[in-house]
Amino acid sequence: MTLLNPTWTSLLYLAAAACFILALKGLSSPRTARRGNLIGAFGALLAVVTVFVSVKLDNIPWILGAIVVGSGVAAPVARRVHMTQMPQLVALFNGVGGGAAALVALLELSHSGDPWVRLAIVFTLLVGAVSFAGSGVTFAKLQGLMTTRPVTFPGLPALMAVVLLAAVGAGIVVILNGWLVVALLLLLLGLGAGILLVLPVGGADVPIVISLLNAFTGLAVAASGLVLGNVLLVVAGTLVGASGTILTRAMAAAMGRSVAGIMFGAFKGGSTAGSTTVSERPVRSSSAEDVAVLLGYAQRVIIVPGYGLAVAQGQHTAAELASALESRGIEVDFAIHPVAGRMPGHMNVLLAEANVPYESLKEMSDINSEFKTTDVALVVGANDVVNPAAKTTSGSPIYGMPILEVADARQVVFLKRSMRPGFAGIENELLYEPQTTLLFGDAKDSLTKVLGAVKAL
Amino acid sequence: MDGMSLLTITVLAVFVGFEVVSKVSSTLHTPLMSGANAIHGIILVGAIIVAGQAADPWVLAVALLAVVLATANLVGGFVVTDRMLEMFRGRQRPPSNAAVPEGRGGAEPAATVEPEKKERRP
Repeated sequence: MTLLNPTWTSLLYLAAAACFILALKGLSSPRTARRGNLIGAFGALLAVVTVFVSVKLDNIPWILGAIVVGSGVAAPVARRVHMTQMPQLVALFNGVGGGAAALVALLELSHSGDPWVRLAIVFTLLVGAVSFAGSGVTFAKLQGLMTTRPVTFPGLPALMAVVLLAAVGAGIVVILNGWLVVALLLLLLGLGAGILLVLPVGGADVPIVISLLNAFTGLAVAASGLVLGNVLLVVAGTLVGASGTILTRAMAAAMGRSVAGIMFGAFKGGSTAGSTTVSERPVRSSSAEDVAVLLGYAQRVIIVPGYGLAVAQGQHTAAELASALESRGIEVDFAIHPVAGRMPGHMNVLLAEANVPYESLKEMSDINSEFKTTDVALVVGANDVVNPAAKTTSGSPIYGMPILEVADARQVVFLKRSMRPGFAGIENELLYEPQTTLLFGDAKDSLTKVLGAVKAL
Repeated sequence: MDGMSLLTITVLAVFVGFEVVSKVSSTLHTPLMSGANAIHGIILVGAIIVAGQAADPWVLAVALLAVVLATANLVGGFVVTDRMLEMFRGRQRPPSNAAVPEGRGGAEPAATVEPEKKERRP
């Protein structure tokens, strides 16, 4: 088989790189996003075909077999996963990508004599391994295989420092001598560093770590492109590294946190661990029928969905309730906090899945001024994102996080499972206010009852 | 390619990366993260090159593992992103589909998977 000449190869890789840029660009608006993603997939296909026709390859049947196995495992999982479990799947895919980059770097070590190339190999090995192990821990936390609370122990910062120093030492040895055994040690140190990095991150900060590790994997891929002298890997990896960094910062800003605070907060004993005391003060709880009356005779209702709605798989019922209210001439909007759900933007995906048009999903900054003219704010399975402590209590772990101003509405209705505090583990003063009504129970059950009662009005 | 050109390309790619996502709304943070995640699955190209040049069976085994992992990242990433974005279409589709979210996910992303299949017989 004659191979493609280098000019054509470069042109095809350039086209693939342009596809990736268009994909990211398209993904920044709902109208162009799906097309953007398809363009990205096309770019990837183009690049893979190009590598087969431009490099002299042995073992082609084995490689094709491995591609079949990889697609055969990933595609069905990606198609069947519940949208509520999607964050951990993204973490998993990110981790295996980082692992692949580390393995590629490890195998290239024997071909490299140049210390600069070995530097890139060391970088890829370490960052790829950190991403692989870190994503693994993130997956375990989101999947509920381990506690979502920050895990710390007294010697953690010291241990982390030792691991990082050892990694730097091993890295220098690999750059100077290219010993494979030391490279394997470096790989293990990277895995250890990844675990230690993510263990102390807790609760609502976990998804932001996925985004950060995503950027890490991008950088590892870019460095592996330098090792292999492949421009496409350099461009694609750098794009992901840069956009992932911006995205991580945007997500952290939406929570009123700094990225450094999230990563190192727990080392200082802070992070999202708060008090878990539940007070005995009286609250006003009510029946589904009463809530239905409140909603059915309002003029304007804003629904604030949270993770509780998603776990209960109640998003379809919430959408039905919204259209039932709308058919009574009531104006209904969904107010989406940037970090509602298990991941920034997650709630938008879940409600879009329930066929709520994205135009009626209002972002926090657009809707906060409208709570003043709202009759009923219906908070379903959310807590921390409406907690006024974020504005008033400077000692609170969520202090400084922008919140949805539901307290401004004439009536606030909480659908809650229990009085247990939310993810951040802090009490919500709003629950004890006179305008607040509580309806206890599973979010979906409560919504179904309220929906039935609204229809019966 | 010489080091200086690679450095130039890297720096320019950093700026492009910053630029394309700098004004994205929080509505699309999740799909954007997932889409970027799929793009770095292009490490598959590197894994294929390493596997294609492996002479030793152990090297080949490790390289093939890298190919499997990279393919999972690439294919899985694009499929799950497509599934998410399919839902961002507002009220254009008939309401009869509202009740079967699982089924919808299964049927349509085939469009992304099909082209990936072709690469297996170049």
